[in-house]
Amino acid sequence: MERRQRLQRLGERGDQGRVRLVVLSLCLSAATALAQDGRRSGYEYMSRQTQAMQDDEATGPAVLALLDGEALWKRDCAGCHKQGMKGVATRYPALYRGKLVDLEQRVNLCRVERQKAQPFPYESRELLALTAFIGRQSRGLPIEVSADPAAGKAFFLKRQGQLNLSCANCHDDNPGRKLGGSVIPQGHPTGYPIYRLEWQGMGSLQRRLRSCLAGMRAENYALGSPELVELELYLMSRARGMKLETPAVRP
Amino acid sequence: MAARVVVNVPPSAKRGEVIEIRTLVGHPMETGFRHAQTGELIPRDIVRSLVCTYNGEEIFRADLHPALAANPLISFATVAVDSGTLEFKWSGDNGFSASASAAIKVV
Repeated sequence: MERRQRLQRLGERGDQGRVRLVVLSLCLSAATALAQDGRRSGYEYMSRQTQAMQDDEATGPAVLALLDGEALWKRDCAGCHKQGMKGVATRYPALYRGKLVDLEQRVNLCRVERQKAQPFPYESRELLALTAFIGRQSRGLPIEVSADPAAGKAFFLKRQGQLNLSCANCHDDNPGRKLGGSVIPQGHPTGYPIYRLEWQGMGSLQRRLRSCLAGMRAENYALGSPELVELELYLMSRARGMKLETPAVRP
Repeated sequence: MAARVVVNVPPSAKRGEVIEIRTLVGHPMETGFRHAQTGELIPRDIVRSLVCTYNGEEIFRADLHPALAANPLISFATVAVDSGTLEFKWSGDNGFSASASAAIKVV
């Protein structure tokens, strides 16, 4: 309810506010382009229409997941985490008791260890909603993972699968060019979990990585497997300093 | 979890002003034309209609069909005539039903 009213107020500000917003976002995008030394978020490769869907904070498709996430947060998390979780999503995957975990796994660890509750299954509506809501609290903050991404980097550079491709063959060597009609982005995970139009719904970074591996006809890894978490960490470390957009919309 | 809906109505408007109303409803919009991996047809499951009333008077109605994307966003405009409430009602296959309302103040 609060959110809806807040969003309404946002939408209501009329033409002057809208002009100011446009000018502000133009300045922001210019600033980020300069600061990012050639690195580009997937957002910049999208069509204007898809960008508008992501920018629509009141009725964009990811808003539904945020509403779910807010309800879950109030039910399960707000009792302890009274300060909110601003900045948390920018630091994951991170080491937890010597083991590398991503945000989804960290949420489930908290559920199992502290709340004595059942973990949410990977890609469940609840887990995606909650991680989207947690990520939303860090929107606009720079990514700042700190664990050592060496294992994930090796995975990224390794040729694999029947097509004998590495991640780097596309995302380092050919970003901006096309693969089957779609633009190849640089592979910066700035907005996960995302609302992907192809999926007609929300999905995590691991879901995205698995579909990329399937496209390379490579051996795939189960959701939550260490290989995927290490790759997540390497991708986040490549994107260090870029702004988090969670929950983003991608084509 | 219940169906998720979002309506975006300006909380206040001048009398006679044209206002934009945006509605979003969470729904998979299964077309009924797709097959599961095992071959059988996935039955159709879509939102069939959206009706909007303004102080009890119907101002907008839409019939929805297969081939719309999931989570349909419907936007339309109306003239702010009086303070009151706008009621939105979605209905669809398998007894799907969702509703929302929003207050508007006309000055």
